Amino acid sequence: MAAESKAVVTVLGFDRKGIIAGVSSVLFERGVNILDISQTILDGYFNMVMVVDLSEPTCPFDELQGALNDLGKEMGLQIRIQKNEIFEAMHQV
Amino acid sequence: MIQTSQILETLRMIDQEKLDVRTITMGISLFNCVCDDKRRLASRVYSRIARQAENLVKVGREIEREIGVPIVNKRISVTPVSLITGAIDDPIPVAEALDRAAKETGVDFIGGYSALVQKGMTAADRRLIASIPEALSETDLMCSSVNVASTRAGIDMDAVRLCGEAIKSLAEKTGDKDGLGCAKLVIFANAVEDNPFMAGAFHGPGEGDCAVSVGVSGPGVVKRALESVKGASFDVVAETIKRTAFRITRVGQLVAMEASERLGVPFGIVDLSLAPTPAIGDSVAHILEEMGLEKCGTHGSTAALALLNDAVKKGGVMASSHVGGLSGAFIPVSEDIGMIEAAACGALTLDKLEAMTCVCSVGLDMIAIPGDTSAATISAIIADEAAIGMINSKTTAVRVIPAPGKKVGDYVEFGGLLGRAPVIPVHPFSSDAFIARGGRIPAPLHSLRN
Repeated sequence: MAAESKAVVTVLGFDRKGIIAGVSSVLFERGVNILDISQTILDGYFNMVMVVDLSEPTCPFDELQGALNDLGKEMGLQIRIQKNEIFEAMHQV
Repeated sequence: MIQTSQILETLRMIDQEKLDVRTITMGISLFNCVCDDKRRLASRVYSRIARQAENLVKVGREIEREIGVPIVNKRISVTPVSLITGAIDDPIPVAEALDRAAKETGVDFIGGYSALVQKGMTAADRRLIASIPEALSETDLMCSSVNVASTRAGIDMDAVRLCGEAIKSLAEKTGDKDGLGCAKLVIFANAVEDNPFMAGAFHGPGEGDCAVSVGVSGPGVVKRALESVKGASFDVVAETIKRTAFRITRVGQLVAMEASERLGVPFGIVDLSLAPTPAIGDSVAHILEEMGLEKCGTHGSTAALALLNDAVKKGGVMASSHVGGLSGAFIPVSEDIGMIEAAACGALTLDKLEAMTCVCSVGLDMIAIPGDTSAATISAIIADEAAIGMINSKTTAVRVIPAPGKKVGDYVEFGGLLGRAPVIPVHPFSSDAFIARGGRIPAPLHSLRN
């Protein structure tokens, strides 16, 4: 996926303080720029989708993924990062 | 720009509907290993595979992590072994080399301990078929297949007889595991050369040195999509399946292109099959039931499956640059929770399964039959299935397990993706004299096709 440098971070779980702050700081520390954020809260259930730019990361994808997973475990949330291509493939012709 | 709802829909497909890529399969030609010393041949085969597939599992895992879609299996298929063992007297060392190479590379299965004998058998083909019970009972990851018929060549009834005997003997040799060896052996008509699915994968003689192919899955996603069109006409059902199949196949295409680039190996094909697993929510039978059948196997099942099989192809074909393999809906019994339930309650019989294979992508698959079923009856089941494939110009196959010591109503347990199955009855009347005839059933006419 060399040509593409965008990824999607999704956070699912129960709402609590500091979710966006936590995710943003993990991304900031690794040189990842946030391009777009949208979030909804449905019955206290938190859905956040963040599109990020991976063109100048300071660490490999696996490490970033690991850091987000660790944060997810710490906060009791499911945090994922997936390359943007999967969504483009499935939803754009 | 992708909508948030589309992103969440993809996550739902992965988490709840079990969207996955079933396999990345690397096809490897073994023609350059040929020599007339069996030890040297085996060692060349091992080295060739171990080197070529060195990074397959690593790359598969990388892609899986990056796109967030599970890639359940990584597999290898090779040139049919009978084609490279013409100058040696015993193919078993090659079987051992294949199994070792599979373990060394970390793949889940290796396929291609195979012979293509639709028109006749060479001495090497006969040796290979005779060695199947020993080869499959003494290896762990190796799969085997024999193509006994084709629309152009007819049915090789001598090979059909030998394959029935091989299945029987293999079941007995692996009797302590309910005849598990038979789950690794498929008898084909019109086998395809680029199938990435096991147990029937081999790298056909018309293929290049190496290629990566991908087999998709996704029955759960189709079932869920149909839940949203309850009661709608079949026009709507077909369109819904097509749209869903398109999305599933796009995932397969993405994975295939990435794997091809990272491994430096040409892209082969995407196989658009709906491959079920025994997990709840991953069943082809449940798709048919969602169309309005109380139980899979009842009247209407063949029509429902025909629609499904065709719509999957129509939806998937535009999503990939090269579609191939078996591409359609699989109906394995033990690997599909809905099929298991339908067989257990008597809704799904061997005869109905045979009818359904006229319109599904392959054939009689992963069916447990009584342990006392004779080799001739198994051969006759193969002959019937081969006839359906031959006349209808489609791939058909037989993968049955005559589970030693088991009777109708007992269960066989294979575990993992292979699942479990109730033993279902075969006809008690003999086909012995029919199978004893041997020879060939001639190829059919290609016109006057009513």
